[in-house]
Formats: sequence, C-alpha cells, structure tokens
Amino acid sequence: MKELRLMKGNDAIAEAAIRCGADGYFGYPITPQSEVLEYLMAQKPYETTGMVVLQAESEVAAINMVYGGASCGKKCMTSSSSPGISLKQEGISYIAGAELPCLIVNVVRGGPGLGTIQPSQGDYFQATKGGGHGDYRLIVLAPASVQEMSDFVSLGFELAFKYRNPAMILSDGVIGQMMEKVELQETKPRWTKEEIVKISPWATTGKTSDRERNIITSLDLDPSRQEKHVMKLDRKYKEIEANEVRFEKINCDDAEYLFVAFGSSARICQKSMDIAREKGIKVGLLRPITLWPFPSKPLFELAGQVKGMLTVEMNLGQMVEDVRLAVDGKVRVEHYGRVGGIIPTPDEIVEVLETKIIGG
Amino acid sequence: MTKEQIIKPENLVYKRTKLLTDKVMHYCPGCGHGTAHRMVMEVVDEMGIQAETIGVAPVGCSVFAYDYMNIDMQEAAHGRAPALATAIKRLMPEKYVFTYQGDGDLAAIGTAETIHACNRGENIVIIFINNGIYGMTGGQMAPTTLPGMKASTCPYGRDPKIMGNPLKITELVATLPGTCFVTRHSVHTPANVRKTKRAIRKGFELSYAKKGVSFIEIVSNCNSGWKMTPVQANKWMEENMFPFYPLGDIKVPAE
Ligand SMILES: Cc1ncc(C[n+]2csc(CCOP(=O)(O)OP(=O)(O)O)c2C)c(N)n1
Ligand code: SF4
Repeated sequence: MKELRLMKGNDAIAEAAIRCGADGYFGYPITPQSEVLEYLMAQKPYETTGMVVLQAESEVAAINMVYGGASCGKKCMTSSSSPGISLKQEGISYIAGAELPCLIVNVVRGGPGLGTIQPSQGDYFQATKGGGHGDYRLIVLAPASVQEMSDFVSLGFELAFKYRNPAMILSDGVIGQMMEKVELQETKPRWTKEEIVKISPWATTGKTSDRERNIITSLDLDPSRQEKHVMKLDRKYKEIEANEVRFEKINCDDAEYLFVAFGSSARICQKSMDIAREKGIKVGLLRPITLWPFPSKPLFELAGQVKGMLTVEMNLGQMVEDVRLAVDGKVRVEHYGRVGGIIPTPDEIVEVLETKIIGG
Repeated sequence: MTKEQIIKPENLVYKRTKLLTDKVMHYCPGCGHGTAHRMVMEVVDEMGIQAETIGVAPVGCSVFAYDYMNIDMQEAAHGRAPALATAIKRLMPEKYVFTYQGDGDLAAIGTAETIHACNRGENIVIIFINNGIYGMTGGQMAPTTLPGMKASTCPYGRDPKIMGNPLKITELVATLPGTCFVTRHSVHTPANVRKTKRAIRKGFELSYAKKGVSFIEIVSNCNSGWKMTPVQANKWMEENMFPFYPLGDIKVPAE
C-alpha cells in the first residue's frame, strides 16, 4: 500500500532511501540538509532493513565510504550542501572514473565560500559541468516538490545502476526544508548477495574460483588505454543524453514567451505564469527535470515558436548558458536571478518579463 | 647441498606464493613493498580466505598492489583507504578487509581517515609501510621523515624548526580505544619477515573476531628515494629508523 504523509523534503529523501532498499548512507552534518542523517538515525533502519547509516568524520570520508560501498555493488548514497559537496568532488570524480553507481544529494545553499545557509541554485555549474577533475558527467535530477525529493531517490539509483554512473539530486534549501504531502513508495527489500553478483558482476564481493579477480580503479597510466577508457565514458554519456532527458512543459502550446526554470524557481515561475496570463501575456514554462542531460531539443523546438525566453534562477546566470546553447541564437534569451539566499517573488519575475523580454 | 637435494619437499623452506599474480612487480630492486605484498598474500592463502578478502590499495608506489594480489581489490584516492574499508566491512561484515598504505598516504593526506577509522574501531586490518619518504613522486619529505634526513623537498635535511617533527602515527593510534593490535615490524631479514607474517595473521584474526582495528606498521626502505644501494639502505634503516621507530608490539589485546 502506498502511504500519504506530510513531510519535510529532507525527511522524504531519507524515508525514500530506506524504502527503496538502500544499503548504505554515509553523511556529515551541514545546514540545510542535516535532517537526512538525523531522520535516518532516528528511524534505525539497521534494525529493520539492515541499511548501514554512519556519520562520517568529514564529507571527504563520507563520499569515500560511498566509493567503497558502491564498489561492492551496494546501493550507497550521501547527502550534503554546497561547501560539503565541494569537499566530495574528489570522491565523485573517482567514482565516475571507476564507473560506479551511487546517489549524491545536494541541498544547495548560497555561496561562494561559507556563504549563507539560505537556499540558492548557485551550484548548477558544479553539478552539470564537473566540479571534480577530469572528463566526466553526473546524471543530475532537479526536484521541484517534496514528492519529487522522494521519487528521485529510487529514480536516481535506477539510472545510476543502469549506466554505472553517479547520479545527483540537485535540490535547494527551499525544497529541503518545506513540508508537503508526499505519497511514499512501498518498501522494497535490499538486494541479496546473489542478486548483487547477478546485477553487478564487476563488484568486489570476494574472488571466488569461478571468476577472475574484480578490481575497481580509475587509474591507467598507459595513455592509449586511458584515452580508450575516457572515450568509453563519452559513449556512455551520449547514450544517456539520447535516452534520459526529462522535462516538464506547462502552457507551452500557445506560448509567445517562455520561462525556463528548475527546482524551486520553477515553482515560483508557475505563479508568475498565472499572473502574466491574467494580464493577457501568453507565457509558458519549460522545467528541466534532468539538468544533465539537458533538454536542449525541446528548447530548440520552442525557440522557433516563442518571441523570447527568460531563465529564472537563484544564481547569477548559470543555466542560461545551456539555454542559449540549446536555442543556438534562434531567439533572445535573458536571465533573471536573485542571490545571497533571496528568493525571487512571482511579481518581480513578471515585471522582468515585461521590461526585459516583451518591452526589451 | 646439491640442487636436487634442495628442491626435495622436506628441504623446501620457501615457495612461490599462490595468491600473487604472474605480473612482474614494478618495485625497485631491494624495496620492501614486494616482500610485504607477499606476506599479506601468504597469510590470506594460508588462512584459506581468498574469496572472503577485499583489499584496498593506496596512492603511492604500491598503487598497483591490485595487479599483484589475486583477490578482489579497490583503488582508493590518496589517503582515503580507511574510509573505503570502513564501508566495505560495514556492508559486508562477513569479509576480511584490509588496507595497504604508505606513510604519505596514511600519515599525511589521510590522517583524518586513519585516526577516525581507528577510533571508531572498524574491524579492519591496516598495513602501514613506513619508508620515511614519498617514493612514488620522487623522494619528497614525508610526515615520517627523520630529523636531518634528506629528501627532495628538504635537500639539506629535515629541520624540525622549519618542517615540523616526524609523526609517530602508530604510537598515536595505539592510544585510541578502537585499535586492538598495534605493532611495528620490518621485512629486511628472514627472521623479521617471519615475525611480520605472524603479526599480519594475528591482525586478520583479531579484526575478524570484531576486536577492532589491527594496525601493522612495517618499517621499510626506499633505496631510490634514499639514494642508497639496497644493502646500504637496510643498514641505514637499522641504524637510523629503528631507534626512532622501535620494532615490536605497542598494543596487544588482553588474553
Ligand atoms: C590528492 C593527491 N595528492 C597528491 C598526489 C601525489 N602523490 C602520489 S603518491 C604520493 C606520495 C606517496 O607516498 P607514500 O604514501 O609514502 O608511499 P610510497 O610511494 O613511499 O610507497 C603523492 C604525494 C595524489 N596522487 N593525489
Ligand atoms: S621508489 Fe622507493 S618505495 Fe618506491 S618502489 Fe622504489 S624503493 Fe620502493
């Protein structure tokens, strides 16, 4: 039976982790996402599902615990917020290089540096363009509701295992802290040892006599072999781009203008859209759900239809670069953003639409 | 004795370790890493736990340990092996889990991971090769470099006033409640090799019995980094390293 509950976004992530049969959570406290670890510790899943929950000594240790656990074919995850995610970048690059599945949650706060504990979308570049060293990509999911916080845990694991690649939920302090109704998934059992060997034959589960030893590494000093490996990763990323683009279109059929926004900004844009439409401005909204792979194609198609696009982000203009690349000069794209932990209001967004896009 | 007499089974004192792969090791001749690898694999072989053992390799000269050990292994980022091992052991408590780490890996960049895994009392074995220098990157100063000892980043010898003091990380982890067995050995003579092997086996057994971390330091040489012949290096090690890093048990569990 599915269960309805009123939950905080961060708690929903933690509950979804237990229910989707996660094996391990390794984290370190940082506002505004500490509830994930707190909730898990309070639930004691190690007594019910056997899930391991551990407070690590640092984010560096936490992501490397995920690295070790993921190497064993286990469903492992971590969560943090911006400064903590910066520390995790070393491990994320290694995990991507070693082609391991895992889930990383970033409940973004304002930066750079220690910044603020208020919500922000300032980590878009870091999440979608790398952040760690080397040529790699993360599958990045951007929830806009507590429901999606919960749903994207199992989706993130599913995609991570399908492609043997780390997946990230890029959320922010608004969605992490707000309470909403959420329909929870039924609890699935954790994979058995036999299932793990079948699903992940590459995992370091102990060398048995019927197979060669399994080695998990991202190292190859031979340039030609290293190039082959990076090209193999690239083929995988192209496959992900072809198959896994997810987005939502609202009021786009008759739209003359378009908002492009993700996560909590998209929630605010929905209200702006209503205000604008009441004024007779036909504006639609495209909400990327996967920030990587980015919904470039639907944006290119809409570029032939609308007179202008406005990206609304809680940063100084990060996703706008991807939107401009997607529309390839076919239409004017502007950016509106607030930073420092300030959330734009629906009215000010409409005002910007009127002055910068319609009147501009 | 003739060759024929020597190879008779009853006269055989040493044979090739079954759990080492056929790959030719990349270590400099005379380096202790190769012998240390062999000891770990002999223990795994003799205990019959190949299918139950997961090793974690470091960054450093032994970064390719997984090329030589015929078991499932994972490569950690520089210094992070104890974090990986923590998760592996917690998620697969029925396995034997060990890390193999150099002094730069364990006592510099990975100090936090080392101290905290030891303090939490993870049921893992940490094999710590202390050669007092960074071998892989070309002989830079390590946290364990002795006062006065030369390295490429302290070409006039380590001056503690400028470069700080050598870190006795093994004595440090011995003070933590999570370690059960802390001991220091070497592999430069047959007698020492045998003692080291016994210690490794004891470490594997104790950690499997959930007693906590077994921490086995092996004081070793780095002929290349020290710019000595293997024979000179071993002599220098005895005369200079052992007085500062005395061999023997530092912490043993109560019987
Ligand atoms: C994050 C990071 N920093 C630095 C390095 C470069 N590096 C590789 S090995 C090494 C030193 C290893 O020394 P040690 O652990 O003593 O092992 P040894 O080579 O002496 O066996 C360093 C600094 C690295 N690989 N990763
Ligand atoms: S550089 Fe030093 S530690 Fe590395 S293999 Fe050579 S002797 Fe051994």
